[in-house]
Amino acid sequence: MTTTTQPGTRAGLAVELTDLTRVYGSNRALDGLTLHLEPGELVCLLGPSGCGKTTALRILAGLDEATSGTVEVGGKDLTHTPANKRDMGMVFQAYSLFPHMTVLDNVAFGLKLRGVDKAQRSTKAGDMLDLVGLGVHKQKFASQLSGGQQQRVALARALAIEPSVLLLDEPLSALDAKVRVQLRDEIRRVQLDVGTTTLFVTHDQEEALAVADRVAVMNAGNIEQIGTPEELYTQPSSAFVANFVGLTNRVPGELRGGAVLVHGATLPLLGAAQPDGQVTALIRPENIEFAPDGLAATVVASSFLGNVRRTQVRLADDSVLSVQHDVSEHPQTGDGVFLRFKSHAISASPTPAIPSS
Amino acid sequence: MSAMTRKGPHPALRWSLLALFGIFFLTPLLSMADFSTRNLIQGGRTGQAWKNLFQDDALYSAILISLGLALFTVVLMLLVLVPTMIWVRLRTPWAKGMMEFLCLLPLTIPALVIVVGLKGVYDWVTYFLSYVGLGESALALTFVYVVLVLPYSYRALDSAMSAIDLKTLSEAARSLGASWTTTIMRVVVPNIWSGILSASFIAIAVVLGEYTIASLMGYTTLQVQIVAIGKADGTTSVAASLAVLLLGFVLLMVLSLFGGRGRRTGATEDPVAPAPSVPASLSPRPQPGGNNHP
Ligand SMILES: Nc1ncnc2c1ncn2[C@@H]1O[C@H](COP(=O)(O)OP(=O)(O)O)[C@@H](O)[C@H]1O
Ligand SMILES: [Mg+2]
Repeated sequence: MTTTTQPGTRAGLAVELTDLTRVYGSNRALDGLTLHLEPGELVCLLGPSGCGKTTALRILAGLDEATSGTVEVGGKDLTHTPANKRDMGMVFQAYSLFPHMTVLDNVAFGLKLRGVDKAQRSTKAGDMLDLVGLGVHKQKFASQLSGGQQQRVALARALAIEPSVLLLDEPLSALDAKVRVQLRDEIRRVQLDVGTTTLFVTHDQEEALAVADRVAVMNAGNIEQIGTPEELYTQPSSAFVANFVGLTNRVPGELRGGAVLVHGATLPLLGAAQPDGQVTALIRPENIEFAPDGLAATVVASSFLGNVRRTQVRLADDSVLSVQHDVSEHPQTGDGVFLRFKSHAISASPTPAIPSS
Repeated sequence: MSAMTRKGPHPALRWSLLALFGIFFLTPLLSMADFSTRNLIQGGRTGQAWKNLFQDDALYSAILISLGLALFTVVLMLLVLVPTMIWVRLRTPWAKGMMEFLCLLPLTIPALVIVVGLKGVYDWVTYFLSYVGLGESALALTFVYVVLVLPYSYRALDSAMSAIDLKTLSEAARSLGASWTTTIMRVVVPNIWSGILSASFIAIAVVLGEYTIASLMGYTTLQVQIVAIGKADGTTSVAASLAVLLLGFVLLMVLSLFGGRGRRTGATEDPVAPAPSVPASLSPRPQPGGNNHP
């Protein structure tokens, strides 16, 4: 059962969640969620707080039971298998290292339960700690490590048992921004290295887009859209997804014959056809540019973001838009500028009738 | 509860308070020590009363009975409370209020009422115990005593369990492949060990000090015997009382020593991520025996 293969030599298993529903009292935390993970793939569950991400993950881990639906891993039905027989590595949002054990013992714990002898499990646990860059802290206790280090150990501990699936529930949310970015890249590197099928839960779209092979955007207990980060960003299937993934301007417009009229520009509509009428168009800041003439606006503020610059402008109707542009342009607060919409397809949602003034 | 960062009082005030309480607690103990070593007949000092503790057969067997009672009470209390409390916290958190109420209930019931109420039950207890040859044994008191120590032991265990992230730790253990038994024995128990020790020592203290119920139910425990001796031999009875008090004191010292063990607070190495770890943020636990922070 326990193998001592080197990381990377073993292919991951496919995961199949079918029609999962979880009801708490009158609250449907999951509402018919279906999700497929390819072997070795990293899928992010992305969604606002309370949309059921953790619930889905816990059901896959066996820590919670679905009201209905099935869980399959590698073609085996695990729906009613208890958590300790599922062979899944899990990293929790809260710090979860066993406080009474050294870092090495923490990582070796799962191997000990699998009857691996002492020398072998120490070697393996040491290897896993090296993999996450904590080889020198083997004899420390959790309380002597920083938050980021603790989560790395938790990752090593989850991977030491060579799990069939790796589950991460917002493992970075307790860390501060810099460590978060470092560690998320490291998680991705390690995951690619060991090739374990991975489900990564987060509410941070930037994190999801950065690490995932595919991102599943969740809303109210179900998956709204699943696709590669590029697909989600450029072709959001709904206003919810467009809003949630990436920064978006909400601009009033009118839908007529499959195209949206916004401020005099006609832009093609993305996604399914919608009935004509008043809509809110969702336009990315990078799809608006400065031009010699066009829509007049006044610069409100401009910020330097490293490789690009983002500028807030106020239109004549007092609405504010975000424009993303090259760093070579330096708009100053109060400047008068003209805007042009690039002819990218956009998504739009019907506007509830608002009296236009 | 977690944010208990108090600034201590002025050192002078602290020391005078300590001295005041020291006098308050030590005076009776010293008086007892003084009285128990007096030779009442010929004057002067004698260790006879203390020798009697081991030479008086009735007293000796009463001591054994009380120690046995303490041991069985502790074991049974832990077997009942620890798994139940873990289960309630993890699986039926809504039942926590009810469990707390039930566990604290014995505090509010006078001993006499307990005895009268349990009389009927105890006829059955002794009836069944007689099958294993313990029909008349005072060890039957174990069951009442478990109920009696519930409020104190519950409190001690509850605060220890509150200090750790029981849910996450046990789920981590489960996902690594641990059965429920393994999870409790290898992960939960070591992390609530100081709570288990306090619960046990408090239980021992309660059992060794209990007189009313044992006497009303007609069992000869240490306290009952001390009172009996006291009617004929004052110094021996005081020596026995003092011995029990000292034993309790030693237990509490042991508790504060062991309670502080295994608590490691280390410097956070990565200054950008000073997130507190679970054990580093343990709130002070109510432990008799005093402050065990270094
Ligand atoms: N044990 C529980 N009892 C009752 N309701 C719960 C429980 N766990 C989660 N929920 C509810 O289910 C919904 C989804 O929760 P969760 O999966 O934790 O969301 P997320 O992880 O996406 O923030 C929430 O509305 C939450 O209140
Ligand atoms: Mg969650």
